[in-house]
Amino acid sequence: MQELINIFVKSIFVENMIFAYFLGMCSYLAVSKKVSTGVGLGAAVIFVLGITVPVNYLLENYVLKEGALSWLGPQFAEVDLSFLSFIMFIAVIASLVQLVEMIVEKFAPSLYSALGIFLPLIAVNCSILGGSLFMQERNYNSIGEATVFGLGSGVGWFLAIVAIAAIREKIRYSDIPAPLRGLGITFIVTGLMGMAFMAFMGIKL
Amino acid sequence: MAEVQEVKKQVKEREALFSKKNRKLITDPLDDSNPITVQVLGICSALAITVKLYPALVMSVSVLFVLAAGNVIISLMRNYIPNRIRIIVQLVVVASLVILVDQVLKAYAYDVSKELSVFVGLIITNCIIMGRFEAFALANTPWKSFLDGLGNAFGYAWILLAVAFFRELLGSGQLFGYQVVPRSWYLTEGGVYSDNGLMLLPPMALITVGIIIWVQRSRNTALIEED
Repeated sequence: MQELINIFVKSIFVENMIFAYFLGMCSYLAVSKKVSTGVGLGAAVIFVLGITVPVNYLLENYVLKEGALSWLGPQFAEVDLSFLSFIMFIAVIASLVQLVEMIVEKFAPSLYSALGIFLPLIAVNCSILGGSLFMQERNYNSIGEATVFGLGSGVGWFLAIVAIAAIREKIRYSDIPAPLRGLGITFIVTGLMGMAFMAFMGIKL
Repeated sequence: MAEVQEVKKQVKEREALFSKKNRKLITDPLDDSNPITVQVLGICSALAITVKLYPALVMSVSVLFVLAAGNVIISLMRNYIPNRIRIIVQLVVVASLVILVDQVLKAYAYDVSKELSVFVGLIITNCIIMGRFEAFALANTPWKSFLDGLGNAFGYAWILLAVAFFRELLGSGQLFGYQVVPRSWYLTEGGVYSDNGLMLLPPMALITVGIIIWVQRSRNTALIEED
């Protein structure tokens, strides 16, 4: 249990998707003009990361990894399909996003209209594929750990986009040099926020 | 009248390989429609691997290959892809090309491929690639798409290399791993200079790009955002 909490806190603060790895920057910059849209996209990212990471974990450990196919019989024990992982992961993500979209539309129409166009956009958000690739690289021990890692990364991303959206709403009233307005100042503010987040880096969990 | 006829003649003739319009496809993304600083595409991978010049160069070459080849493939298939499943088709094309790049890197440049870690895989979701497929390759001929791919990859590459140049120079006093700042300048050797370790950390990549955008937009005022 303690291990799970460690992974959760670590993936939110210490290894924050945006401030430590710059994943999902494109949509982070594009959709952070208003807090309400930021919240919508952030929630969708938590949702999708929480689903795709454990599914890709199963895929990695029972199909792709070297020796992962041994449950089929001893003759498969040496098959190594890991070179296929990119294409499998992205296919899983694209189809899961589609599936999630249909399920949410059917059973939770209010959530669906709240998430709006963000769900389909997420298939090409780097933080989603990044979550699966980090899961693969770090070799988590159980599906529980993988799920917690996915959720934690999503929450970290959510916090980051809501924070920057709030700052951008306020910054509109400031007197910024014209060439720096918009994109430029957003980069610099993100950099400063990243420095603040670096205070978490020293924490050993 | 003569002018009109001449224009018509030009259109009828097969366009030269490097006509003015085609050259613009390459030069435009370098500045006016730079993928990173203007279109805001492909930032995800651009920042994380710019601590040193060499990985940034390898990354640029990988993106160059994937973008140019992918643009040509998508452009060749553009009349056969049903509109509804085009995203999946595009993802499959990119993913296959990235697998190629990944395997080649693992075979011939193992250290760099370890250093780039997940970011090679993340070329798949690099928005530049999908963005160019959607915006250009689906509607243009292969040769034009190829040039567009090259142009955008160069635009991506020069920002990447510029950021990496400053971060490596100021952060560790080196360029491509060679010591540039003389050893005798350092405090430990009795000099007055010391590397700025902050440059090696992620936040400075963002701030460096922010400053590049600032410089670019004060030179090219057409790019300044309203609001």
